Amino acid sequence: MNVPTLFGLCGAVLVGLGLYGLVVSPQPLRKILAFNLVGSGVFLLFGVVARRGAALGMGGDPVPQALVITGIVVAFSATALAVALVLRLHDLTGAATLAPADADEPPAQ
Amino acid sequence: MNLALLFDGMLVVLILAVAVWTVTVRDSFAAGIGYAVYGLLLALAWVRLAAVDAALTEAAIGGGLTSVLMIRATVRLRAGEAAARAATPGPLPRLLAALLGGSVAAGLALVVLALPDPAPTLAPQVAEHIATTGLGNAVTAVLLSFRAIDTLLEAVVLIYALIAVWTLTPDRFWGGRPGPKYETDPNGMLAYLARLLPPIGIVVAVYVLWVGADLPGGKFQAGTLLAAMWLLAIMAGLTEAPPISRRWLRGVLVAGTVVFLAIGFAGVPLAGAFLAYPEGFAKPLIVAIEAASMLSIAFTLALLVLGPPERRDQA
Amino acid sequence: MSQLLDLWTVLAVGAGVFFFFAGTVGLLRFPDTLTRLHALTKADNLGLGLVVLGLLPRVGSPLAGLKLICVWLLVLLASATASQLIARVARRAGPPA
Repeated sequence: MNVPTLFGLCGAVLVGLGLYGLVVSPQPLRKILAFNLVGSGVFLLFGVVARRGAALGMGGDPVPQALVITGIVVAFSATALAVALVLRLHDLTGAATLAPADADEPPAQ
Repeated sequence: MNLALLFDGMLVVLILAVAVWTVTVRDSFAAGIGYAVYGLLLALAWVRLAAVDAALTEAAIGGGLTSVLMIRATVRLRAGEAAARAATPGPLPRLLAALLGGSVAAGLALVVLALPDPAPTLAPQVAEHIATTGLGNAVTAVLLSFRAIDTLLEAVVLIYALIAVWTLTPDRFWGGRPGPKYETDPNGMLAYLARLLPPIGIVVAVYVLWVGADLPGGKFQAGTLLAAMWLLAIMAGLTEAPPISRRWLRGVLVAGTVVFLAIGFAGVPLAGAFLAYPEGFAKPLIVAIEAASMLSIAFTLALLVLGPPERRDQA
Repeated sequence: MSQLLDLWTVLAVGAGVFFFFAGTVGLLRFPDTLTRLHALTKADNLGLGLVVLGLLPRVGSPLAGLKLICVWLLVLLASATASQLIARVARRAGPPA
């Protein structure tokens, strides 16, 4: 058991935890949070692969690290879009969850 | 079991504990705060994995901007909280979800334990060709030279996300200002911080951009810092979010991508391929791309946090 | 000389960790928001200052030491502002029902 393997297992548990939160939470914002947990767990796995590729004086393989940096920024933009959609849904229908029977206000413009 | 492994083990336990708390806590506002803490702890994990650039990005974006986004949204959705909490599924769906999460986690854990030894790596190829870029930081070299097409497409994805957020504007507010009008005491603590911190933040951001050529840093981290400083000034009421119809705003948003594309296409006649840098000119071109992209990223990220326009221009 | 510096690092960082621990105990044990804020800001700022002082002998260059001190000052500024803002909201909300 070395450091990269430890963080790899941590990333695996985070993905499972995020998946559970995504399915179980009724509030859309909590689902988005859980989805971010899944994403960060996957990025940790990338980081583990990068760390294990350490060679020639570099602390880690730089290619997976670059992919992770790109991924974090893109995941944030997707999160921002998802949050904007949830807020707009709430403004239009007053829905607190994603269930179709929950919309109780007539569509307001 | 040496001391470093013990430290990392405790860090992992802390990360998992905060993650479990974020998923299971009843109040959504508390979950948003928990995610901020989780992002900062994850940045520590990145440092332990010797990926300092990723640690900076995770701390800035994960622990910073995403949390601001989440907290603003949970405050706005507070009214529907009780109704949503009543819709929590019963024990059987939770058990099935736990089985699903557990099996996915177990599968990934098996993959992690079965990773090949010796690990395949591209570090030798990077080390072989990094001298052509004139950079010292291998990750920046990969981002802006060896995998520059990924970075270019990511800049475009950011603009797409912003346009998608803007399409959610109600018709009567199109062209207006995003976010509410923040009115705070002009002599209060927040206004004081918003006057004191942004100059320091701008200097630190330019430093992070400049030093990212040879040490951990780069345009994403610097752009996030600038976005945070601008958001602080807006939230303290010192400045207003610009209306999205302004030409200068739209020009700044696309400036980074335009510069990137221009240099990329110029590489075709000058160096033989799209996004190829001419001999000896790599570093100045890379610095130009990074500087233009930093501004675009800063404005794009801040506007993504502010959301679609909510009031008219004159408001 | 280097042994003296190592001793200084261990003592200062140890004292800083003790203050962080004290602040966390205050966070968990104090009855309401205002007292918790007080414990956190006082203890954590002092703890961070001691940790920074303890790390100063180990930096590679004076510029890196200056950066550490800058970090401490910025955290001081941010935590002071944040605790003021939280305290104002807590005072407006009144004592817990």
